[in-house]
Amino acid sequence: MTSKRHPYIPNSVDSAKKEMMKAIGINNIQELYTDIPANCQLKKRLELPEHPLSEMKLKRHIETLLSRNKTCEEMPTFLGAGCWPHYVPAAVQEIVQRSELLTAYTPYQPEISQGMLQALFEYQSMICELTGMDAANCSVYDWASALGEAARMASRIKGKPEILVPCIIHPERLATLKVYAEPAGITVKQVTYDSKSGQVDLKDLEAKISEKTAAVYIENPSYLGFIETQVEEISDNAHKHNALFIVGIDPTTLGILKPPGEYGADIVVGEAQPLGNAMSFGGSMLGIFACRDDMSFLRQMPGRIIGLTTTKNGEQQGFCMALQTREQHIRREKATSNICTNEALCAVAAAVYLALLGPEGLRDLGAACMAKANYAMRLLSKVHRVQTPVFNSTHVKEFTVNFDESGLTVKDVNAKLLQRGIHGGKDVSKEFPELGQTALYCVTEIHSKADIERLAEALDGTLGW
Amino acid sequence: MFRQASWNEQVIFNLGRKGRRGHLLSEVEEEVKQAVGDAEALIPKNMRRKSAPDLPELSEVEVIRHFIRLSEMNYGVDSGFYPLGSCTMKYNPKINEFLTHSPKLEMLHPYQDETTVQGILEALYKLERWLAELTGMHEVCLQPAAGAHGEFLGTILMRDYFKASGEQARRTEIIVPDSAHGTNPASAAMAGFNVVVVPSDDSGCVNLGALKAAVSERTAGLMLTNPNTLGVFENNIDEIARIIHDAGGLLYYDGANLNPLLCKARPGDMGFDIVHINVHKTFSTPHGGGGPGAGPVGVSDKLAKFLPVPRIVFDGKMYRLDYERPHSIGKIRGFYGNVAVLLRAYAYILSLGVEGLTEVAEVSVLNANYLMRKLEKVKGLTLPYDGDQPRKHECVFSAKPLKSETGVAAVDIAKRLLDYGVHAPTMYFPLIVEEALMIEPTETAEKEEIDRFVDSLRMVCEEARSNPKIVTGAPHNTAVTRLDEVKASHPKTMALSWKMHQKKRQERESG
Repeated sequence: MTSKRHPYIPNSVDSAKKEMMKAIGINNIQELYTDIPANCQLKKRLELPEHPLSEMKLKRHIETLLSRNKTCEEMPTFLGAGCWPHYVPAAVQEIVQRSELLTAYTPYQPEISQGMLQALFEYQSMICELTGMDAANCSVYDWASALGEAARMASRIKGKPEILVPCIIHPERLATLKVYAEPAGITVKQVTYDSKSGQVDLKDLEAKISEKTAAVYIENPSYLGFIETQVEEISDNAHKHNALFIVGIDPTTLGILKPPGEYGADIVVGEAQPLGNAMSFGGSMLGIFACRDDMSFLRQMPGRIIGLTTTKNGEQQGFCMALQTREQHIRREKATSNICTNEALCAVAAAVYLALLGPEGLRDLGAACMAKANYAMRLLSKVHRVQTPVFNSTHVKEFTVNFDESGLTVKDVNAKLLQRGIHGGKDVSKEFPELGQTALYCVTEIHSKADIERLAEALDGTLGW
Repeated sequence: MFRQASWNEQVIFNLGRKGRRGHLLSEVEEEVKQAVGDAEALIPKNMRRKSAPDLPELSEVEVIRHFIRLSEMNYGVDSGFYPLGSCTMKYNPKINEFLTHSPKLEMLHPYQDETTVQGILEALYKLERWLAELTGMHEVCLQPAAGAHGEFLGTILMRDYFKASGEQARRTEIIVPDSAHGTNPASAAMAGFNVVVVPSDDSGCVNLGALKAAVSERTAGLMLTNPNTLGVFENNIDEIARIIHDAGGLLYYDGANLNPLLCKARPGDMGFDIVHINVHKTFSTPHGGGGPGAGPVGVSDKLAKFLPVPRIVFDGKMYRLDYERPHSIGKIRGFYGNVAVLLRAYAYILSLGVEGLTEVAEVSVLNANYLMRKLEKVKGLTLPYDGDQPRKHECVFSAKPLKSETGVAAVDIAKRLLDYGVHAPTMYFPLIVEEALMIEPTETAEKEEIDRFVDSLRMVCEEARSNPKIVTGAPHNTAVTRLDEVKASHPKTMALSWKMHQKKRQERESG
């Protein structure tokens, strides 16, 4: 009888197995498992599909399953909050599907991995240009874990146990930060905001900052979409107290917003998913991690970093991983972080995306998002019983919409919008009870004027009388 | 002989021309512009960007050619044999790539209403169940982005478990074998534990006497890879589990080497309490040149309540995301995990079923043992630790005899292998083997490829005697010759961005 042959397993063909077993001196493969104690050998039938599926059946199965999803292409969707819908050019897709990049491991053998290394070096370089920083790593998992790593790095550098973060912060980011911080003995304290503008309350910052503060963290734009403008004051205050200043960013805004490197940031973190990476239900994400050129910083940076070098004979330029002595495979328990596998291919996508857009394109992107989001705010603010934005600050691509006057909850409103084929903003009423029934809306270059008008009409139809 | 492309490709900042564009955005509608005016003028003056970022300016043509050339200077599983030990560089099925690039996944936002994402939630829910079943664990969380991220979650779970039992102050130590992956001690330290290292015995397994001496009331747990990094199954696993559990500790399974055990043995049945799985190894998702991967974590019943939120639940009709978990550790990242990677794993399991997964495990072991027995005959290499014992998915050789004889080291062998058109094995790991070459063929290598690899390695060893310079000067056929890795990390020359490079060059030129 011919055993089951599988397309992914060349030696599943009987003749190959026989030749190999003969060479080893065994009669069946089970003999290679006899060292596993009998009580550990699996005897029961696993509750999994038993037989292989043909490729055609597999395709049909998965496509049928996925057809039950309703996507942002099928309904205008106004969700952001850390994962943003932006157009991904076909050229980006083409590059990240190149199998030489896609199917490679981490470039441990740099001579045969120059393509990946150079692409990642270019990604790092472009992130530095965007943020105004000097050095970046080739990615961490996402913005939230980047913030966790940044807090630990700041605490190591300063030898101090506290980080101050704004009250207006994504709750998942805050939760992640706390998990990363707690084992390192770092306390996370939150700074309140001005109830009218949403801006960081400088008096509260002054009250909470101390000789224990390792870092002060802000986000620009904030989680709720507005620009934090008191950046110089916050930066000065952090540095006056011998603390680092960490800034979280959305890179799509940095064609128009001042880069954090120009207002004193020591570490920049953020989310680069919107640079050429699909949302894919929130993963893969692409954590940005950048800092100043200072050996005391660079030696404490987590993650893989690609550096420029030359061949040993000095004849050619080349790239390899740098500062590996910080890393787990050498330093083990004394490593700056345990991260090794990261989001490299997403970083390549970001590099291709930024190369395609160039400086003008990045500015156009930021300006288009801002124009459309502000247009949406204007239209929605005309809808009866809707108030937007909640804060009188400048909003870039996300903004808050409050439904308190309507007597409806955000949940109710979103259910009604969904009936009309529109997906409303993220419900933040539980995250910020003090803001009442408020949702966070996101508008980017992918939203047409017609999408925005449809939203305003649907809201008017739902709440207008 | 193999020849890799060598394009001498300029850094992208040196390419292009001012004013060129590789992508044009849609024009903002005229009415929008009129209503809002100049959007940038809305930005408070102190927050406006004054000068454009110094990004390259290229046409789409130039961008594509640049990155295609780069890709031609890279080597992946699709290029050829990639026996990188402990990395399970198996073939990545093409259909899974095709399926994950469906707009029906790519265009989903994580905060969409649950009624609009039932398809993907069902896939993730089932994948959790299947991974739990394959590892013998009670529940699985798909959120970690990588194996090390899974380890971080696992050690945080230990922390919270002992916090809940009131033992946190006392249980401060995690034990790791000296053959462990570097991530194990690094993860334990990140979660605030002290690391205690136990030596291996003559067979390459955990030294039971040393383990007994190392456990105490301070022990929070043991992190173990099984089969271990020598490819040897820890056949005292029952005793190890007993020692750790009797001391009140938890047993952590590093799933980097799970491949040979699929449908053959399960960590849960061996007594492990926490397991992480590298889906970019065992479940064939591409490694992307360093990521993204996914590192799901499975736990026993008593640890399930601590898993991160949200949990995917099914009430018989609807899949939902449940955040109401009072004992949860919270979050270790945003959203739900690297979903696009996880969907590939779901497809992979379906494409094989129990029947195919069993074949995966068995052939991975057959391939590794066949390779090992052939390589044993190559002069200059030795197989340390019990040579009579079969290995599982990988084997570790020492090039120490060759080095003593010729001066050619493991690193030289690795570099010379590149010239033969195969990726090098993992070198200098595990640390307990001198001049180590760690070789994992996986089940997707064909016999002919393994034979060629052994021949290549034999030829390299012969070259080490007949023409050592060709080996110590290798590689010769890759995009660049051997790189100066020290220079890349030296403070005077270190350039981690184009900006840093230019600054340092100017400094050097001005004296």
